[in-house]
Amino acid sequence: MNKTVNQKAWFFVLPVVLLVAFNAIIPLMTVVNFSVQETFGDNMFFWAGVRWFEQVLQSDRFHAALGRQILFTAIVLLIEIPLGLAIALTMPRKGPWVSVCLVLMALPLLIPWNVVGAMWNIFALPDIGLLGRLINGLGIEYNYTRQIFSAWFTMVLMDVWHWTSLVVLLCYAGLVSIPDAYYQAAKVDGARPWAVFRYIQLPKLKYVLTIAILLRFMDSFMIYTEAVVLTGGGPGNATTFLSIDLQKIALGQFDLGPAGAMSIIYFLIILFFSWLFYTLMMKDEAR
Amino acid sequence: MARITLQDIRHAYGPDPQREEDWALKKLTLELKDGGAYALLGPSGCGKTTLLNLISGLLAPTEGRILFDGTDITDASPEQRNIAQVFQFPVIYDTMTVYSNLAFPLRNRGIGEKEVDARVREIAHMLELDATLMKRASGLTADGKQKISLGRGLVRSDVNVIMFDEPLTVIDPHLKWVLRSKLKELHHRIRRTMIYVTHDQTEALTFAEQVVVMKDGQIVQIGTPIELFERPQHTFVGHFIGSPGMNVLPCEVKGGKAIFAGNNVPAFNAAAYKGNGKTLELGVRPEFVRFAGDGIPVDIVKVADAGRYRIVETRHQAHSIKLLVAEGAELPSGQARLHFDADHTQIYEDGWMVS
Repeated sequence: MNKTVNQKAWFFVLPVVLLVAFNAIIPLMTVVNFSVQETFGDNMFFWAGVRWFEQVLQSDRFHAALGRQILFTAIVLLIEIPLGLAIALTMPRKGPWVSVCLVLMALPLLIPWNVVGAMWNIFALPDIGLLGRLINGLGIEYNYTRQIFSAWFTMVLMDVWHWTSLVVLLCYAGLVSIPDAYYQAAKVDGARPWAVFRYIQLPKLKYVLTIAILLRFMDSFMIYTEAVVLTGGGPGNATTFLSIDLQKIALGQFDLGPAGAMSIIYFLIILFFSWLFYTLMMKDEAR
Repeated sequence: MARITLQDIRHAYGPDPQREEDWALKKLTLELKDGGAYALLGPSGCGKTTLLNLISGLLAPTEGRILFDGTDITDASPEQRNIAQVFQFPVIYDTMTVYSNLAFPLRNRGIGEKEVDARVREIAHMLELDATLMKRASGLTADGKQKISLGRGLVRSDVNVIMFDEPLTVIDPHLKWVLRSKLKELHHRIRRTMIYVTHDQTEALTFAEQVVVMKDGQIVQIGTPIELFERPQHTFVGHFIGSPGMNVLPCEVKGGKAIFAGNNVPAFNAAAYKGNGKTLELGVRPEFVRFAGDGIPVDIVKVADAGRYRIVETRHQAHSIKLLVAEGAELPSGQARLHFDADHTQIYEDGWMVS
């Protein structure tokens, strides 16, 4: 087939190019600008090449923050995706309880992120918080401002409380869109509940699960507000994730060069993992 | 294989049905012979899918009993009833190969792999799916997928009945007749009871040995395609089956003779009329009307070419009468006269044929 050559088509693409340029590429370029230059104040900049990138990639501090970040995201995904799917499967499909369940599920998603952090900060306080008092009352020593394990436990619990609903709602929407005929055919074919899940529900949920995993990966990998309000990165640096570390370098120490380089590396990591997840989940479709 | 008996079945979808309209299926008793090919035919919303789902066990009847070979199975699950059903849209297990799809109902019942393999290959051969056996089922075309749905019903050698719920809806027109003749052929080969739900008269009349015509949750007539054509028991059957449908004209019956708009018309069942119906009608199919030297005077209104014959629409006073005229036959010009075949002209009393 011959391709039609029509240079006028560029005029139709141009608005999109401009829009993307203004809301993504141009802001990103300012970060790129910082990442390759050195400044000593007075708005004077000197060329620094890839020095900041080398420094960030070789720093133990960055490695530690990245490690914590990957661990946190892995734990959160491993809990939220199966749990969200399980809750969605047990939710009713018809009747008055549907709306009750949906509202209850949506509630955590409607709370501002800093409020979530503040809520859990108080809720988990060992002396006056309900959760903290309860755990200590059971004879388990729990103090999230001093113990690393307690801090991580609280952080994961908070994220699971806040975000599992998103997975539930996505999966629920996917489940109710499966036509009845599939369940009827499965009944006629004598399929057990496990087979119904494995061969009907799971395959039909593939796309929503891909979206859920991608969204939860990106959001948890960029977690900032709730973590800062809850622990501020402590005790020590135990919960200093990439975003918190980046904020400390950029605005605490005012090291714009390394902060710029770190931002770009951070961005590329997220981009890479998102691509990886998407490709793996969609691999079968190509066949 | 089984003889299916429905005894005084009634079904309503809402709880606590009060009025007559609350019943999706009004009280009916029906017996389907073992190994027969049946079609449930009727317009959308007439209750045919409800009836089908009651037989398959996907719905429980509000009232009445269902028997397979004399055994009451009203409370049995679809799996226990051992039936197969093909749905309107092809239902396939996307992630499985065609082979695994066909093997699924057997494996669920714990049948050994050796027997599974033999059955699957036999059925795949019957349905001409051999070439695609190891392909992913999701990659097939709509008719291929529908064949898989059908195949899953056929692999079990002991199913009591195979049911089809408008299975050709999503199939391309040129493939419809291929699948339809395949079905007919399969029925001849395996002689299993088959029930086919459709609103398409061609599908019903070509597939079934017995057609059950339904309307508003009731059975209007059960009969062979020829019976439905020659002796429609209700004006609805006359309208619904045949193209164009039966001519239905108001009439009177006096002294065992039918009179239509002042003209004496011979009708085979006119003498049987006892004289207690509110509305009296005369029905005659366009196939049994012809131009004649004497008879009912009419004007020709419209002539439509339908291939081997022409559909001629005529008018007598305010009444339209259609008839079929062979291709190439002369049409009378201006005033014409019509003759109705007495053996195929029936009198209907409140919609039902007088007998």
